[in-house]
Amino acid sequence: MSVKIPEALTCPIPKTDYDTIQMAHGAGGRLSAELVEKFFLPRFRNAILEKLDDQAVIDLPPGRVAISTDSFVVSPIFFPGGDIGDLAVNGTVNDVAMSGAKPRYLTAGFILEEGLPLEVLHRVLLSMEAAASRAGVNIITGDTKVVERGHCDNLFINTTGIGVIATHLNISAGNLKPGDKILLSGTIADHGAAILTTRKGLSFSSELTSDTAPLNGLVEAMTTICPEIHALRDPTRGGVAMTLNEFARASHVGILIHEERIPIQSGVRGACEILGLDPLLVANEGKLIASVPPEAADEVLAAMRQHPLGRNAVELGEVTAENTGLVVMRTALGTHRIVDVPLGEQLPRIC
Amino acid sequence: MKFLDEFRNPQIACQLLQEIAATVTKDWVIMEICGGQTHSILRNGIDQLLPPHISLVHGPGCPVCVTPLEMIDQAIAIASRPDVIFTSFGDMLRVPGSEKDLLQVKSEGFDVRTVYSPLDALELARENREKEVVFFAVGFETTAPGNAMAVRQAARKKISNFSILVSHVTVPPAMEALLSSPENRVQGYLAAGHVCAIMGWWEYEPIAEKFRIPIVPTGFEPVDILEGILLIIQMLEAGEYGVKNQYNRTVNREGNESAQRVIREIFQKTDRNWRGIGTIPASGFCLRSEYAQFDAARRFSVDHIQTRESPNCISGLVLQGLKKPTECPVFGKECTPAQPLGATMVSSEGACAAYYQHQHIKVTTE
Repeated sequence: MSVKIPEALTCPIPKTDYDTIQMAHGAGGRLSAELVEKFFLPRFRNAILEKLDDQAVIDLPPGRVAISTDSFVVSPIFFPGGDIGDLAVNGTVNDVAMSGAKPRYLTAGFILEEGLPLEVLHRVLLSMEAAASRAGVNIITGDTKVVERGHCDNLFINTTGIGVIATHLNISAGNLKPGDKILLSGTIADHGAAILTTRKGLSFSSELTSDTAPLNGLVEAMTTICPEIHALRDPTRGGVAMTLNEFARASHVGILIHEERIPIQSGVRGACEILGLDPLLVANEGKLIASVPPEAADEVLAAMRQHPLGRNAVELGEVTAENTGLVVMRTALGTHRIVDVPLGEQLPRIC
Repeated sequence: MKFLDEFRNPQIACQLLQEIAATVTKDWVIMEICGGQTHSILRNGIDQLLPPHISLVHGPGCPVCVTPLEMIDQAIAIASRPDVIFTSFGDMLRVPGSEKDLLQVKSEGFDVRTVYSPLDALELARENREKEVVFFAVGFETTAPGNAMAVRQAARKKISNFSILVSHVTVPPAMEALLSSPENRVQGYLAAGHVCAIMGWWEYEPIAEKFRIPIVPTGFEPVDILEGILLIIQMLEAGEYGVKNQYNRTVNREGNESAQRVIREIFQKTDRNWRGIGTIPASGFCLRSEYAQFDAARRFSVDHIQTRESPNCISGLVLQGLKKPTECPVFGKECTPAQPLGATMVSSEGACAAYYQHQHIKVTTE
């Protein structure tokens, strides 16, 4: 198992009898307890977790509760701009936040591969600690299993998030209305391009970095200005094209976007050109798309641009009554074409 | 981005369209050879902008599309061996064989991998001496030099567990075959820019002469394609024929001579079966006899495999420019990118996939 660990550990690794994960670390005995006490607790320390009961017991303020779960199996686990740890926190925080909810708590389940260097686990937990602190959430219960070497790829993480939705919000992919403006919070395809260029087999170097970030602060800024926001979603797998198609189908509307307004960094664009990928189909981990009533669009866009994670926000297009269920792009040449959903993973082309 | 933005510039595109409209007086049929050009035309909606006098038909220049079914079945037979690491460019993995595709072979537990270069496959062979590493060498003249280089290095470094399954095709014989057909409608060619970057355009001069048509090596961006169309229309309207080069930032008459040299050193010409079109004499490359030890079809004795196509697929007519994908009765119904009946629906450069992705439904515009 060779994992390249980025430099700059901010906190030294705890001293233990073993350097790597053993099957016994998952067996519930002394080594399991040591893993919890030396690795997990110091990172996620909070009153609910520290009770070490079999369950977390929480009080929630009144309101509807949003729950979301996601599993993270990214390879490589360390990539430019982030790692599986902050991705696991941000990904679930964002899924909860896209309902307009304020994310409060996360659970975390770990599947560790026998032989995983404890230094790797430590580094991932440090990332999760930093990401949870940035997003303002507590990790309140968790689980660890160890599987034999070869039965998983280093480590897999599942997180579940819980948040409470303010009573006056009603945000859903099914709520788009003709006339709404479609807002996008920043440059597209950063995460997917960073991952693809670091995968084994791609030798060209690149300085692309993932955009992984918690979006709950941005969502709060937007819903404060405009509680009438109709829909929010973060365009992760399948990219912007997938999210817009989901919107169009769920709300039985058409969506028209404008090619020349799509924000993309030149390095990302170059990588996509070389690999033959359509950036509209490439994953993002720190961007959101909103459907906003037209009269509020300018105000919401201005609020987004004031937030560090929305500096490059644009009005990408609008919702139409025509072309129900379709996403149509007005190209730079003034022609129109369909933006379809990706079939699966995009395959690099021959020539 | 330099060499890209200026060739996507809407103002320049608009000027070219005006020039085309001012030049054209009669109906003309132009074929773009390369699937990359087809994709760009549909993606940018260039067909929507041209005057009605001009019909674009889509050529056979998609390597995934013209690779015959029996080659896919041979690849699947080789990949389904436990001693083999089968490597391929990504596009080929989803092409349906008679019973399954290479991605299904992978899901059955066999070792099928995407590589970005045949030299990566050679490296895998060096690292895994106990395995047979096979590379699926498909494509036109564009991929031939890299594949030839991998075989040359394997021979020099004595990497005996490396071989390639060769299904190389070449463009000029196909252009000639299409023009010779009694059903031919094509009056001018946009030749494939990338192929010409390797081979130059000297090979097209006798074809232009023999069939008295204009041939224009052309790039892939909207401005490239519109310039190429303008050059062809100017020649057609003036009654001229011959080769004129649009893609001069990349292509010259002689091409890349060292690439041509390595192709000649490793490969020789052979007859090839083009999927949907049939056998075209001297239209492909196979390994020279001195490199026959690197021929995977011989090494694994799969060269006897023969197969039949789906009777509902009209991809042969599409690849010859005789039908549009949307004229196919199963287009978008039984045949979609998720369940392709023919290879033109699989590759992102296949004409059917390009139509399905970008234009399968008429959109309403204000």
